[in-house]
Amino acid sequence: MTESQAIRRVLKPLLWLAGLGPLAWLVRQGFAGGLTADPVKYITHFTGRTTLIILMLTLLVTPVRHLTGVHGLVRVRRLIGLFAFFYAVIHLLIYFVFDRGLVFAELGEDIAKRPYITVGFTAWLILLALAVTSPAAMVRRLGGKRWQALHRLVYLAPVLGVIHFTWAQKKDIRLPLLYGAVLAAIQAMRALVAWRRRRWHRPPERPVALAAAPD
Amino acid sequence: MLIRRPSDIPAHDITDEGLFWSRRSWLASVGLGAVAFAAPRHACAAPSGGEETNTWDEVTGYNNFYEFGTGKEDPKRYAGSLRTRPWTIRVEGEVARPGTYDVERLVRGLAWEERVYRMRCVEAWSMVIPWNGYPLRDVLRRLEPTSRARYVEFTTLYDPEQMPGQRRPVLEWPYVEGLRLDEAMHPLTLLATGVFGKLMPNQNGAPIRLVVPWKYGFKGAKSIVRIRLLEQQPRTAWNVAAPQEYGFYANVNPSVDHPRWSQRTERRIGKLFRQPTLMFNGYADEVASLYAGMDLRANY
Repeated sequence: MTESQAIRRVLKPLLWLAGLGPLAWLVRQGFAGGLTADPVKYITHFTGRTTLIILMLTLLVTPVRHLTGVHGLVRVRRLIGLFAFFYAVIHLLIYFVFDRGLVFAELGEDIAKRPYITVGFTAWLILLALAVTSPAAMVRRLGGKRWQALHRLVYLAPVLGVIHFTWAQKKDIRLPLLYGAVLAAIQAMRALVAWRRRRWHRPPERPVALAAAPD
Repeated sequence: MLIRRPSDIPAHDITDEGLFWSRRSWLASVGLGAVAFAAPRHACAAPSGGEETNTWDEVTGYNNFYEFGTGKEDPKRYAGSLRTRPWTIRVEGEVARPGTYDVERLVRGLAWEERVYRMRCVEAWSMVIPWNGYPLRDVLRRLEPTSRARYVEFTTLYDPEQMPGQRRPVLEWPYVEGLRLDEAMHPLTLLATGVFGKLMPNQNGAPIRLVVPWKYGFKGAKSIVRIRLLEQQPRTAWNVAAPQEYGFYANVNPSVDHPRWSQRTERRIGKLFRQPTLMFNGYADEVASLYAGMDLRANY
């Protein structure tokens, strides 16, 4: 089996299973009566955290690819990112339906008046834009450069997510700070890997003197 | 032969608490040689007209009691380490009868009432809880506040051995709450020692806690070890922690938002959708006069 076959036939199905895992777990908890006395809040918080975790996993694809040399991994990044969006959609929908009673005016008021919702909704819009432009056809339509510029927003989304998470706490912000610390560590690791690559792969210096020598 | 250790038998299986307290008062009166009748058990129920009471599991399994951790299910999990007998309460300040009272002595002879109240948390969820206890004013009258007393302060136990949540400085420990004296003397204000006709579970603030149904839940100091009557308004735990978010009054008020979230609606635990929050949590007829002429936006 070639690397590309292994990714397509083994890794991708595994990622589908893993990506649906949190949803399956929620369903299981629902049947086991494990969603606490306030299931709406529980599901909202759970899907929010899941979104953040998956977003951080998408940031790990590039360094893992460079460290392992399995460059085909880039082809599963979109799937992982779409799972992050999937849980972000559940997160927003649960809040919109059960906390805001499907009233758009109330959602709008929250977005305008509650900074933690403003920040969270901004992150959600970023994920929406990235999901919509994720098919290969959209890359072609936008052109590689513009597409890449847009998709750099993926670095901003989890930062906004951590702020949103922290801001929503009444008092105890240990967990959101832990998420922030992990995100910072991942970004530091990415920077380190990128820097090492630049050093190792520096193009050989051109023999300037020779080339410039007069006949 | 089946041998049951005392810990295998929950206290409420042994004696109904109402009976327990009235026996106490009966024994006390006999002991004192006084002529007394066992206190009748009132059921002064349902200021929460017609609303469904939350279940035992909801009331005792979903709590904010940071002394046992900040998760809603932490108190039930960790409150087993709290020892609630014997339990004494120090009474201090502007009272004619200061001293250290055994909790049972403090309420001896008073009627153990049932009060079904709405409980509205500042986090915008709510429950309906059948409390059992004693009107605070009956207890305060026994202690005889002086004419200088204007506020009552309630202090929760501080003991990180029994209350592991106190090992971290989430709030300033011990937890302190307070009321204006007229709020404390209001007939709705309750010193609760039980729920559902049973002894107060540890996670709900055993053995004795405050219940002020028209205020956000955090006003209800739990596991009280000190009651002080004061001339000055006391410092209160959440106000110290975040003064711009939690005021001294903390009256339930749908038109005054928390700086970060709306207080207009709430989710009744057990329901999926939110419902409107009522002024003074639905007790406006009883308590609005306490705040006549006050700016409730400034005194949040």
